[in-house]
Amino acid sequence: MTRRLSITLRLTLLFGATSVIVLLALGYLITQTVEHHFEEEDLDTLVGKVELAQHALSGVTSNADLDGLSRQLSNALVGHSGLSMTVLGPDGRILFATPNSTFPPALLSLTGTTEHVSTGLVAWTQGEHMFRGLAAAMPIALADISPVTIAVATDISHHAELLDMFSATLWWVMGFAALLSAVLGWVATRFGLMPLRDIARISRETSIDRLNDRIQLNLIPIELKETATEFNDMLARLEDSFRRLTDFASDIAHELRTPISNLMTQTHVTLAQARTIDDYREVLFSNVEELDRLARMVSDMLFLAKADHGLIIPLLETVNLARELTELIEFYGIAAHERDVTLQLSGSGVVMGDRAMLRRAMGNVLSNAIRHSQPGGVVRVIIDGHDEVSVRVENSGAEIATEQLPRVFDRFYRADPSRHPASEGAGLGLAISQSIIHAHDGKIQASSANGITRFTILFSGAVN
Amino acid sequence: MKILIVEDEPKTGAYLRQGLAEAGFVVDLVADGIDGMHLALTEAYDLLILDVMLPRLDGWQLLRAVRQAGRDVPVLFLTARDRVEDRVKGLEIGADDYLVKPFAFAELLARVRTLLRRGKTKELDVLRAADVELDILRRRATRAGKKIDLTTKEFVLLELFMRRLQEVLPRSLIASLVWDMNFDSDTNVIEVAVRRLRAKLDDGFERKLIRTVRGMGYVFDAGDGE
Repeated sequence: MTRRLSITLRLTLLFGATSVIVLLALGYLITQTVEHHFEEEDLDTLVGKVELAQHALSGVTSNADLDGLSRQLSNALVGHSGLSMTVLGPDGRILFATPNSTFPPALLSLTGTTEHVSTGLVAWTQGEHMFRGLAAAMPIALADISPVTIAVATDISHHAELLDMFSATLWWVMGFAALLSAVLGWVATRFGLMPLRDIARISRETSIDRLNDRIQLNLIPIELKETATEFNDMLARLEDSFRRLTDFASDIAHELRTPISNLMTQTHVTLAQARTIDDYREVLFSNVEELDRLARMVSDMLFLAKADHGLIIPLLETVNLARELTELIEFYGIAAHERDVTLQLSGSGVVMGDRAMLRRAMGNVLSNAIRHSQPGGVVRVIIDGHDEVSVRVENSGAEIATEQLPRVFDRFYRADPSRHPASEGAGLGLAISQSIIHAHDGKIQASSANGITRFTILFSGAVN
Repeated sequence: MKILIVEDEPKTGAYLRQGLAEAGFVVDLVADGIDGMHLALTEAYDLLILDVMLPRLDGWQLLRAVRQAGRDVPVLFLTARDRVEDRVKGLEIGADDYLVKPFAFAELLARVRTLLRRGKTKELDVLRAADVELDILRRRATRAGKKIDLTTKEFVLLELFMRRLQEVLPRSLIASLVWDMNFDSDTNVIEVAVRRLRAKLDDGFERKLIRTVRGMGYVFDAGDGE
């Protein structure tokens, strides 16, 4: 398994490498500049001496003048310890030479006929010394020795020594600087990554009973703000889901307590003494009613649990809303009639969805509207098939308070908590409707004003 | 009619056996998959009732073995898990029906009778019970020769009762077969509908034909021999 290097190690290595590269480049540049400078200086000196010699030679008109030339040149070279010079005739005869001067033949043969020399610098090594030299040819007045070759050289060993010393120093400095920047880099990285360790600490300490910790965004550098915000959002979502889960769990316990308590009390009391067959039967009938309610609650809760896990997957078929609602109204109309409530349907529309599930969703809404309608009232069902298909179910009757509106789809929500729920469902009907509509990528909303309570189902996948 | 129940939960098994025996069936009960398979392959049953989760051999495997042996006895699955995949899997292997626990016993009984009846009875065009006559084709209902005016749904409801004489029909089954409402709904629609039908059918007659069985459902009591 390959492991990614730690950020600290990676940044430390990067700092070290960067400074080595920068210092190497700098060192190379300095060495080159110094060397170039030395070369220019040498060239200047050498050209100067060649010109001097040329000047001296231009004054030679007879063999007698050659004797004076040696003296003249020797004088000119006084004070230039590293300089050597030679003047040769065309046949290789030495007309003048400083002591110990040797020149490579390559240099001497390089000479052209030009009087001015500015390039053609040649370097060579002799023994332990390094030289740089220049040669030029020149015609002179003495025809039998014209043209003469002038060669000058300067000892550059001290330059090379200086450069060697410089590069050695440079290597040391470079090594030290690389090490220093690596160490400083390590320190900087540790310091810079501190906010990340904060995030890690909060992650580590996050648990079910401490979901409310958040990263302090004002203490976090800008680069990590996005990560930290995402992290905080994740915690918030977890906290919310978890809270709803615990609420649901305690609601379940609470809702189960009543029927179970009824069952237990009734059964215990009945068993306490001998009774007639009819009495026993009565208890069993009563028990069956409670048990039916329990069974329905459990299966409704399982449906909701599956919806929460995205396990409610609607089959997609063409659903004619007018036809489904007509049948639903026919069914629920029987109950509505008992309460002297009239049902009216208008409009038409077609959606893609799961027919059985949509029946259930719309049926629960309809049943709820009938239950909360005042006697003699009308429940209107309006299908709007234009653009986005929607179904509105309106009933007249007691309004729902604005602050209660968002809660009507909550599990176990009942408009009037004091009312005994036996006649109604467990308060899961609208929650189930909502789950089904959400599984269809639709929306369901409630509004209540002017004595009219309205539920609106908005479908997104309408087919015209 | 002989039924094999394979159910490992002892209380459920015992009550199922008692209930079905009292409904007039001959019932064998075993508690594990291997014994169940052995019996299903050696004895002749009219129906198998299988729990999905069984020791040694689960319901799916048992059903597969039975189908591979070439037996097409109807099979009803009972399960505590209600997952769509399970349902699909069961139907693919060749289960005939599927009931999720907890269920009402009347519901089970109604489904058992449906499965046993499947493909065996001729659909009569005129139904007679007690002094009621139902002409399906002409949509006419009479009691003691007197015409009863029924709505379409009331007619369908009465037809259901008369095709299933003496059977207790649970509310959920009635809602499903008459109104195509296949979910538990928290209304008293079925009570109201049955009460209305009963008013039209029984009012003015001393002998009441549609009877409420408390906590279970309704039954058309033709009361032969009583």
